[in-house]
Amino acid sequence: MKAAVIVFPGSNCDRDLAVAFEQAGADVTMVWHKDTALPESIDMVGVPGGFSFGDYLRCGAIAANSPICQSLIQHAERGGYALGVCNGFQILTETGLLPGALRRNAGLKYICRTVGLEVASADTAFTSGYSQGDVVNVPIAHHDGNYFVTDEKLAQLRDEDRIAFTYTDNPNGSVADIAGVVSKNRRVLGMMPHPERAADTGHNGTDGVAMFRALMDQFATA
Amino acid sequence: MKARVYVMLKNGVLDPQGEAVRHALGSLGFDGVEGVRQGKVIELDLAEGTTEATVTEMCEKLLANTVIESYRVEMG
Repeated sequence: MKAAVIVFPGSNCDRDLAVAFEQAGADVTMVWHKDTALPESIDMVGVPGGFSFGDYLRCGAIAANSPICQSLIQHAERGGYALGVCNGFQILTETGLLPGALRRNAGLKYICRTVGLEVASADTAFTSGYSQGDVVNVPIAHHDGNYFVTDEKLAQLRDEDRIAFTYTDNPNGSVADIAGVVSKNRRVLGMMPHPERAADTGHNGTDGVAMFRALMDQFATA
Repeated sequence: MKARVYVMLKNGVLDPQGEAVRHALGSLGFDGVEGVRQGKVIELDLAEGTTEATVTEMCEKLLANTVIESYRVEMG
């Protein structure tokens, strides 16, 4: 698997995400936000967590309009894979690649702790290493993780089995406890929790490893 | 010329910051504050001749997230 991780000014999980991909065996290239093209024949684009552009205006809004994101949108429209974590999820919703928006946490506090996630759908390249209903422990670290979609869109997400993860104990007020959703073609995943921070024995848990391994398997068999 | 853009969370989208402000006003003794919605105002200095349609496009593309926010443009 050839992966690219985009680096924005203010990204702070870009190296963690790259390491998680590398530890699973991927070949990773870091890409600067001003670049106008992704490297050739990239399978997967990682959109990392952090505070791109200082979260000015709205989280992810300015990053979503940076030059590299045009390439990211084209990559996704061609059927390429993308994983957005935390600020990366916010950026993916701002680009329109994923539905909904992330609002300020209902309790107004920045929350940084490990939470339980239920695997709501194992039918994605990202979650095929888990079984539906599995509960995994993955850290969150966000101020604006309160997922919003309209009732109509929520019904559609449910019908299409596009909710990848839900919180076992909703920390932020997200609609329907949603922690992560996939695109209609199931190849773009956005999630607030950080699987790359649960991907090494030095971390407090390794429940995220199965995601990166499953992605590698996907491309090994493709 | 100037334009002013007001961005608010849409009705029906919970505004936790507005709620916190409402509680704070209540604890200061201001009774009867039944709702607070917090938004933002963006002032633009524009070249002469910039149209309202252009500012609207700016809102659609960047200044507001129309999934959760509504906006209003005031020119001049």
